[in-house]
Amino acid sequence: MDITDFYETFFEEAEELLADMERHLLELDVDDPDSEQLNAIFRAAHSIKGGAGTFGFDVLQKTTHLFENLLDHARNGEMALRRDIVDTFLETKDMLNDQLDAYRNGDEPDQEAFERICKTLQQVALEEIGKGLEAAGGDMPQPDGGAKSEPPSQSAEPEADAEPSSDSAAGAGAANDGCRVVALLGVGEKDRELLVEELGQLGEVVEHHGDEKRYEVVMESTVSDDDIEAVMCFIIDADQLEIRAPVERADQGEPSATADAASDEETAAQEAKPSAAPEKAAVASDKPKSAESKGNDKPKPADKSKAQPKAKAGSESTSIRVSVDKVDQIINLVGELIITQSMLDQTVSELEGPANGNLVNGMSLLQRNARDLQESVMSIRMIPMDFVFSRFPRVVRETAGKLGKEIELVTEGAATELDKSLTERIIDPLTHLVRNSLDHGIEPPDAREAAGKPRTGKLTLSAKHQGGNIIIEVIDDGAGLNREKLLDKARESGLNVSDTMSDDDVWQLIFAPGFSTAKEVTDVSGRGVGMDVVKRNIQGMGGSVQITSKPGEGTTIRIVLPLTLAILDGMSIKVGSEMFILPLSAVLESLQPAKEDIYAMAGDDVVLKVRDEYLPVVAVHEALDVADARTELTETIAVIVQGEGRRYALLVDDLVGQQQVVVKNLETNYRKVPGVSAATILGDGSVALILDITGLHRLSRQKKEARRHKPADRSLESVTDNEMETSS
Amino acid sequence: MNQTTDVALAAAEAQNSEFLVFSLGDEEYAIDILKVQEIRGYENVTRIANTPEFIKGVTNLRGVIVPIVDLRIKFNLEKVEYGGQTVVIVVNVEDRIVGIVVDGVSDVMTLSPDQIKPAPEFGVTLSSDFLSGLGSLEDRMLVIVDIDKLLTSDEMALVEKVAE
Repeated sequence: MDITDFYETFFEEAEELLADMERHLLELDVDDPDSEQLNAIFRAAHSIKGGAGTFGFDVLQKTTHLFENLLDHARNGEMALRRDIVDTFLETKDMLNDQLDAYRNGDEPDQEAFERICKTLQQVALEEIGKGLEAAGGDMPQPDGGAKSEPPSQSAEPEADAEPSSDSAAGAGAANDGCRVVALLGVGEKDRELLVEELGQLGEVVEHHGDEKRYEVVMESTVSDDDIEAVMCFIIDADQLEIRAPVERADQGEPSATADAASDEETAAQEAKPSAAPEKAAVASDKPKSAESKGNDKPKPADKSKAQPKAKAGSESTSIRVSVDKVDQIINLVGELIITQSMLDQTVSELEGPANGNLVNGMSLLQRNARDLQESVMSIRMIPMDFVFSRFPRVVRETAGKLGKEIELVTEGAATELDKSLTERIIDPLTHLVRNSLDHGIEPPDAREAAGKPRTGKLTLSAKHQGGNIIIEVIDDGAGLNREKLLDKARESGLNVSDTMSDDDVWQLIFAPGFSTAKEVTDVSGRGVGMDVVKRNIQGMGGSVQITSKPGEGTTIRIVLPLTLAILDGMSIKVGSEMFILPLSAVLESLQPAKEDIYAMAGDDVVLKVRDEYLPVVAVHEALDVADARTELTETIAVIVQGEGRRYALLVDDLVGQQQVVVKNLETNYRKVPGVSAATILGDGSVALILDITGLHRLSRQKKEARRHKPADRSLESVTDNEMETSS
Repeated sequence: MNQTTDVALAAAEAQNSEFLVFSLGDEEYAIDILKVQEIRGYENVTRIANTPEFIKGVTNLRGVIVPIVDLRIKFNLEKVEYGGQTVVIVVNVEDRIVGIVVDGVSDVMTLSPDQIKPAPEFGVTLSSDFLSGLGSLEDRMLVIVDIDKLLTSDEMALVEKVAE
């Protein structure tokens, strides 16, 4: 094992820390900052810096170092916070994210951006430090300025000592005594070197000596014990670390017992120096490590819940990180279990006689347990919408700032759960919709006042469950969509519109490609490329978008998404002897076509009149070459389905029933098949294909086309020619 | 047995490879045994429309959807029957799992490099590109198929073409 094995741990932790940091920054009240929050932000920056230093991520380390210094001043009250400073902090946080990503991908971070952010931070440091507390301001060293403007160099290190020294004056959170002994227990030589170097960045290492069992570093530092521990925990377990103040400089080697008796047990357990009792029991050994793990010369990556500083802050983390692959594997296996169970069920139900009573009981118990198991397993993949919503305060704050609007963001239903893969994919479209609402929906404060509305606009993000779907709404109380303007614009863009279109249809125009009603292109929105992409993305997730709008009262954009992509509510249909699944969400109704409602059109196209609408007829048996299907239209069943906003009448032989199916990708081992979106496994263990409605329609058109041209051009659709002869 | 032959044998063994021998009609074919994941019966295959005839469809292999290819159709054999003896060899090719239908699996053979002769240029149905050679075993001849190349080739249409 070498240190690169811990990279991933560091990246993940750093990412969480950054997310945490952002949350705190956004919640921060600039006029009356909560010191706990400032501390939390500081700790996050600090832990990242520590880890970055250890892993040799120079740029990241330097940036966090500067950042941390500023934060340190802020939390000590030596620097007054202002909104724009917080904005700078947020920007820094973004930069850190970028740098982290770069390292993760094995690249070097953008040097230019790094220098820019350093300059900004130094600027802030020069201008602001000391404004908060006149008293503390005087003795501020200014090394910030020079050393940092140049790209990573070792010169950055010395001032790490210089600056924190000022907070010993302020005294907040820091140790009261600058000198302490950090003992590393059972740490291998290679890691030891790293850790000593690491400690060197927190303060000045006076002396270090010892062996693997116990290695002592005497250092001068004003950083608090907690912070030292937080940094070290990227490398070693908390119980491998012991921090205390030396009794006397002279006997660092043989520290004698100090008064604090509370932590004797730990030292005793280690039997390294029976006489030494750490003065500060900063290290809680909540997981007694056995002697052999101490002896390992390479420690295991630190237990996450312990390593994270936030765990120390009180909210003990109770989650574990598991790869999605593993979860999917479990979901797969449970799916198999359910299938096996229903097969058994089938067999048992065919048995008769009282002797089988136990068996029948056992089976029904098995069935219940299996269903429960499936439900719990599926819920592993679900994460709360908070994951998505939590990034919007930031988006709203920035966009509103740019546009000069006053906006209050309200989120509802953040606890609503959604499949992880969907949550990740909904972020971009939702961000776009929010920006759009801010830009086009909500009016500038003055206009709002003139319209008799409060100056501050309100943007609501809400999520709720409805049936098997999740409904996400972006609601603004702005001016609403303007029907006339939309129609004019549509005509200008050459779209086919008429004045008699329903409101719903007019609203849908904003999703047309290249459509934008903004008079000017701003950097927030207005290029007209976004909304059609939004719609396509959402449809790609199996969802739909609806708009309701009232002039003067606002617009609501409603996204309806399935809860998960892994399970689908399906309607099983039969065509000939083959079974297919239709997504239930696409099915509107089904009916038996009457002869007088069927109209033939040019060639062999057929439309079906359903109430006032003429729907194109798609014969499934033709599109999919099912040989033994009913071909007489009036004997079939027409299922009215909707796909990509259009309706079709699918001709099938029978409706079998509704069932939830587990969606299996066809492309994993095979390839994309026209007219089929995925596959699933039925109760009897056989595979059924899930139909893709628009694909099916396309397919049937291609077939008709091919058939029409067949006598002339046999090479077209050569693959299916044979089968088509039998079906036509 | 003296020591020198021992060493020579060990060296030869190191280069020997094992092949799974299967039959298509009267012909004997062999594939690298390391590609084979399992052997199972032919059952419960769901047809997929609009695919070449030799792609029989997909089946459920413990929760995984696996395409089934009938090599007998692909190789233009005259007699293609499905019965209790019909066997599916499940192979692992470039991270994909594919089942191939054959008439029967006979045995596992170890062939030394000098038993494998280069494949002559021939074949319209089975291009020699897809062969790693011909194995001679006393009076038997094994056609050694490079199953990786064969199954990922364009003409098998099993793998999505990048251009599409």
